[in-house]
Amino acid sequence: MAKIVASVNCSHVPAIGAAWDLGKTEQPYWQPVFKGFDYSKKWIADLKPDVVILVYNDHASAFSLEVIPTFALGTGAEFKPADEGWGPRPVPTVHGHPKLASHIAQSVILDEFDLTLVNKMDVDHGLTVPLTLMFGQPEAWPCKVIPLAVNVVQYPPPTGNRCYNLGKAIRRAVEAYPEDLRVVIFGTGGMSHQLQGKRAGLINKEWDNNFLDLLTHDPGKAAKIPFIEYVRETGSEGIEMVMWLVSRGALEDKVREKHRYYHVPASNTALGHLILENESFKG
Amino acid sequence: MTEENPFDDIPGTTLFDAHKSREGYHLNMFCMSMGDAASREEFKQDERAYLARYPMTEEQRDCVLRRDALRLIEIGGNIYFLAKLFYVDGRSVRSVCAAMSGMTDKEYEQMMLDGGRSPEGNRSKSEWAQSA
Repeated sequence: MAKIVASVNCSHVPAIGAAWDLGKTEQPYWQPVFKGFDYSKKWIADLKPDVVILVYNDHASAFSLEVIPTFALGTGAEFKPADEGWGPRPVPTVHGHPKLASHIAQSVILDEFDLTLVNKMDVDHGLTVPLTLMFGQPEAWPCKVIPLAVNVVQYPPPTGNRCYNLGKAIRRAVEAYPEDLRVVIFGTGGMSHQLQGKRAGLINKEWDNNFLDLLTHDPGKAAKIPFIEYVRETGSEGIEMVMWLVSRGALEDKVREKHRYYHVPASNTALGHLILENESFKG
Repeated sequence: MTEENPFDDIPGTTLFDAHKSREGYHLNMFCMSMGDAASREEFKQDERAYLARYPMTEEQRDCVLRRDALRLIEIGGNIYFLAKLFYVDGRSVRSVCAAMSGMTDKEYEQMMLDGGRSPEGNRSKSEWAQSA
């Protein structure tokens, strides 16, 4: 059967993608950002997942204000890098896993999570920056990627608790899939940042690090954090962190923290990164 | 009757909710069109004529022409859409954030290098009222 064995959380700041694409990774400003992923690249190369389920948000690339899906699962065969105003990133096309994605869709909808299914969409930095951070610059991405886009642009996004429970439903779905597949789930975005108004540039290191602790050891408590706390403490865009709860819900209650990294700044944002493995997983 | 909104207490922040999204629909859809290279060229040729295609308010139109990001956020703009407008001018979101918070690019970048804007004193409007 298929099995989700681990999760990867990381920020998906567009400037990180630009720094990579322009060969700036060794510059003093960017070197501390990329250094945090040295361990992670080796970890995932050793783990060799067959499929990544990548939870991220679209930033006015595939979805304008014409249609605003709360949860959109990519069931298509491929997803092209989006043109976000300066041409598409020079990264490989993302290949999906339509069979597993369709299976997840049927399973979680019957489990009462009413997803939107998307067969055609371009994927922006929200999805491609985490792939770059974890896999570098291969000719082709080394595994299939199923995109799960969450609306965190227009309030209200789904609650943290809803995200956490969707993660659990995704775990049940994957475990009911008959083919042997090793799956890793990514929860991306965050950490604290605010990109608007007179409070732009807000960063809350203490809150972010407490969230990393909670996510690892007490995810049920993290799932209960109300929206007002995210916005007040971590900035209007810090609310992206609800997406980290989808990935956490897809793991077992007990996990091993394999890697943690935190750095300020990456452009306007606090960069956070966490790798968790199921306690039962004997890599 | 207006709905009570607990987010109104957070200083320097406009929540982009379903109401704001309606208010800014045409403004943001104009910005969305800046994701297309040919449309960017048309806009640059005659900004006012291009904007006339979108039935936004006069104030929204005026703020687009003046690139007043702070006010655009207050009247329905969303930063991910507005970013596409500012990319036309070759400006980064970081530079727009600096302008919105009344800082030069250099001052803002230094603040971020020093750990960002602290949440201390920035959680509630009452804290801003005290320091004013």
